Amino acid sequence: MADAQTSEPIRPVLAREPLVTNGRSMSWVTNKICGIVENRQPALWWYLFIPSVILMGVLGYCLAYLVVTGVGVWGNNHPVGWGWAITNFVFWIGIGHAGTLISAILFLTRQKWRTSVNRAAEAMTLFAVICAGIFPAIHVGRFWMVWFLAPVPNANGIWQNFKSPLLWDVFAVSTYFTVSVIFWYVGLIPDLATLRDRAKKGIRKLAYGFFALGWRGANRHWRHYEMAYLLLAALSTPLVLSVHSVVSFDFATSIVPGWHTTIFPPYFVAGAIFGGFAMVLTLMIPARKIYGLQDLITHKHIDNMAKIILLTGTIVGYAYIMELFISWYGGNKYEQAAFENRQFGYYKWAYWAMFFCNVISPQVFWFKYCRHNLWVVMAVCMCVNAGMWFERFVIIVTSIAQDFLPGAWDFYHPTRIEIWTFVGTFGLFLGLFLLFLRFFPVIAMSEIKGVLPESDPHYLPPETFTHDAEGEKLSHKALKKTAKKTAKKATKKATKKATKKATKKKKN
Amino acid sequence: MNTLKRVHGYIAEFETARDVYHAAEKVRDAGFKDWDVHSPFPIHGLDSAMGLKKSQLSWFVFIGGAIGTVTAFSLQFVTQVLIYPTLVQDKPTNIGTLPAFFPVMFELTVLFSAFTALFGSMILNKLPRWNHPLFASDQFERFSDDAFFLCIEARDPQFSKDETLKMLKDIGGKSIELIEDDI
Repeated sequence: MADAQTSEPIRPVLAREPLVTNGRSMSWVTNKICGIVENRQPALWWYLFIPSVILMGVLGYCLAYLVVTGVGVWGNNHPVGWGWAITNFVFWIGIGHAGTLISAILFLTRQKWRTSVNRAAEAMTLFAVICAGIFPAIHVGRFWMVWFLAPVPNANGIWQNFKSPLLWDVFAVSTYFTVSVIFWYVGLIPDLATLRDRAKKGIRKLAYGFFALGWRGANRHWRHYEMAYLLLAALSTPLVLSVHSVVSFDFATSIVPGWHTTIFPPYFVAGAIFGGFAMVLTLMIPARKIYGLQDLITHKHIDNMAKIILLTGTIVGYAYIMELFISWYGGNKYEQAAFENRQFGYYKWAYWAMFFCNVISPQVFWFKYCRHNLWVVMAVCMCVNAGMWFERFVIIVTSIAQDFLPGAWDFYHPTRIEIWTFVGTFGLFLGLFLLFLRFFPVIAMSEIKGVLPESDPHYLPPETFTHDAEGEKLSHKALKKTAKKTAKKATKKATKKATKKATKKKKN
Repeated sequence: MNTLKRVHGYIAEFETARDVYHAAEKVRDAGFKDWDVHSPFPIHGLDSAMGLKKSQLSWFVFIGGAIGTVTAFSLQFVTQVLIYPTLVQDKPTNIGTLPAFFPVMFELTVLFSAFTALFGSMILNKLPRWNHPLFASDQFERFSDDAFFLCIEARDPQFSKDETLKMLKDIGGKSIELIEDDI
């Protein structure tokens, strides 16, 4: 058997960029990811967590104040019944879409690079949907009436209107959240088992053990597990496309000029994925740096995500321009007025900020340099995060601030309570994400191990080959020597850099 | 104190996915029934190397999803057409209003399917099961790190204390351990 192996020549294959760099082993992956959960958190974690908790408190205060006082504490007025609350709802729910896209659609299309980012992106989805869920619940003012949304008859025996997009939205968002939790949890089970096996005693062992369900990694289990995962991915794919489509129906099925357009569902979905990827990068680039995950989340991952941002950003830009074209070509004067107001009316600054952030700024990703410079990537992502919020604000507020009757027009501006409620949801989002980093494996270990080259049952280590593709004899001693040399050079460079930094610090 | 123990089976360690894959093929060809491979990740193609068929879970999920569709349709049809017809948006109050029911029907189909996928896979895997004889082994916990184990259970009709041990050695198994269970 051994002889047969050694006489095989290396087959000429195009080398792919490795998904995990520096040839890391399985146990390295386990130690690295579990180490984040098992060791003390870096000081920066606390510097971020404490303000997040304070902001959560601010959010709680604002919500309590609203419920006790009434929606009058917000800036909503007569034409603008949907102000920041619905803007924020659509903003947060859109953020979640990138997580499901990475976990479901990229799984079905066999994009193996997703394994490094899917866990964190799915967690981000859940937290974004939690933040989103707050707003529809409170925007009705009388919070204790929120059960009217559930499919139960009220005191007069009247049921909900199932023909209304607002009720579809209730079903879409709650299904989305539930399915995302299930998908996330199913993915977590093998990794929780790893944490259980590494924990020696106490609450840690008990808690991880409980949620790992006694997972033994048996292949008879993997068989059903993989099928469950595949089915969940296949179910989530149309689900994620449907959720933002249904959100867009809230607007598109009304007759308000600026809302009443058929382009909304695809436009909203592209925008959601666009904004969500920007948020994934906003969270993962610092996390990658802080926890030293550069070998797992490589430049290839960031490059791929930047390309998706470029693609979806361009689709969004197309939608903006197409909306303008249709309003002119459609010949409806109310529609034309709505779009004129959007660009040159009360809120023109919001429209142009949106246009710059969402359409112009991602265009730098055409250049490889920009996709590889993390500062540029972060800057563009921040632009997109802001731009996507402006998009929802522009769609919602500009359309209703100036609708059919000029006599009813009014300017809308948010109150302090509204602003702090929104800022507070960032605290909730970041706080939950930091807790996730603290208690859960941030990268799906079992999936990462599955994409390592040695995980292929037909993989042979390079030492087993005696001839290369051209039939020439390979000298493994020589190969090893060169490998050692390059490794030495790399370490020398690294130490030089470190000493340079240290001397700089001393000088300062 | 009861000192009697029941033999659960042998576990043998393999270093690479490739080794355990080829070992599994041999155990399958030897005709064993109650055995399994424990690995940190699902090994591609191991199902056929173990002689396992496709998971039946997709049928469960199909039925679950169909129940979801029917539930959503009944909920909407009964409340909107039979019990309390609401005249809104100029939509009919008979079966003709079906298209407006599609979004909720779709959502509940997905919701019910997802729950069936979760609970169905748990039932098929007989999980949760927090206590298992394999957890008594100290080396076994490395399955979730980077080790591959092949376990042949004593309830297999072909199991024999000496011959199975010899076979595991022959196919390249290392640190072979007899797993015992308290009665």
